[in-house]
Amino acid sequence: MSDTKHVPADLVRALDPTPDQLEVLHQRLTAAAQDDGLLDVAYRTMDSPLGTLLVAATELGVVRLAFAGEDHDAVLQTLADRISPRVLRAPARLEVVVQQLDEYFHGRRREFEVALDWRLSAGFRGTVLHHLTEIGYGHTASYATVARRTGNPKAVRAVGTACATNPLPVLVPCHRVVRSDGGMGGYLGGVDAKRTLLTLEAAA
Amino acid sequence: MTAKQPFERVVAVHGGAVLRVCRAVLGAVEADDAWSETFLAALQAYPDLPADANVEAWLVTIAHRKALDAVRAAARRPSPTEALPEQASPPVTETEPQLADALTRLPPKQKQAVAYHYLAQLPYADVAALIGGSADAARRAAADGIASLRRTYPQQGPHR
Repeated sequence: MSDTKHVPADLVRALDPTPDQLEVLHQRLTAAAQDDGLLDVAYRTMDSPLGTLLVAATELGVVRLAFAGEDHDAVLQTLADRISPRVLRAPARLEVVVQQLDEYFHGRRREFEVALDWRLSAGFRGTVLHHLTEIGYGHTASYATVARRTGNPKAVRAVGTACATNPLPVLVPCHRVVRSDGGMGGYLGGVDAKRTLLTLEAAA
Repeated sequence: MTAKQPFERVVAVHGGAVLRVCRAVLGAVEADDAWSETFLAALQAYPDLPADANVEAWLVTIAHRKALDAVRAAARRPSPTEALPEQASPPVTETEPQLADALTRLPPKQKQAVAYHYLAQLPYADVAALIGGSADAARRAAADGIASLRRTYPQQGPHR
């Protein structure tokens, strides 16, 4: 019986699905999950001038946008830990936001009209991020100005922290917050990404 | 709190193996529905699964129950008067259709034992827990199944 092993190996091959067959089943699963209210976090990736972005949404709205430089697997693990492990690659829910981001990156959109889920930015950080949406397209504000607007003029550092941990960059425009001395300040997507966005908005 | 992987990882890592098991137990036609029901049920129950659970064994257990449901549902359906065997059981792949076909003709216990042990790598004690009987009986059923497959499909020898 020297060939005991070969039937199981052949069997695995005989029953092996193609990637296309698995993709069809994956799409069926995400559609059924959506219908049954089990798609707690849907995500997809998209190409952009800033590299590959990861976009994730709950049933309430977009909850996370991650830059190419962030470890996307780690981002998804954090979403599983903090929101729900029912996380699936399900592009349908992200269709609108991806289209709007695309338009924005091509200079054809100045404001985003998508629901946002703010649950990853609680407390003062959330307050800061809400105020960022008041800085219009093509404008900038200093960290000190944003601190003043939150009613906490001394909280300049905390504003910096809130920007650096913004779970919804681009959509919530932390790239429009710059240093009082005219310097650009940091950016979680990298200083180059911040410069790209500010240049894009200045040109449009 | 122990980290639990995003469910997408579960699908990516185990989706293929669970589909092979469904195909082995049910044939290619019924397998897709069983796979879909398995993963939808798994998605629902996933937050309550202990973080240190054996995910593949858990999925195979669900798939086994879904396969039983499918078999029972098929038994309740009136049998078609004009059977279309060519369409009823298409080969699952281009490469080894006869072997997959031979598998569908095994007695149910042998088929299940082969699928759960050789395709899903469950130990015989776990196989027995699913299909009933002792671990030894499960081992014999799997061995009989493999022996029968080798008899009906001897031309696979020269593969390695």
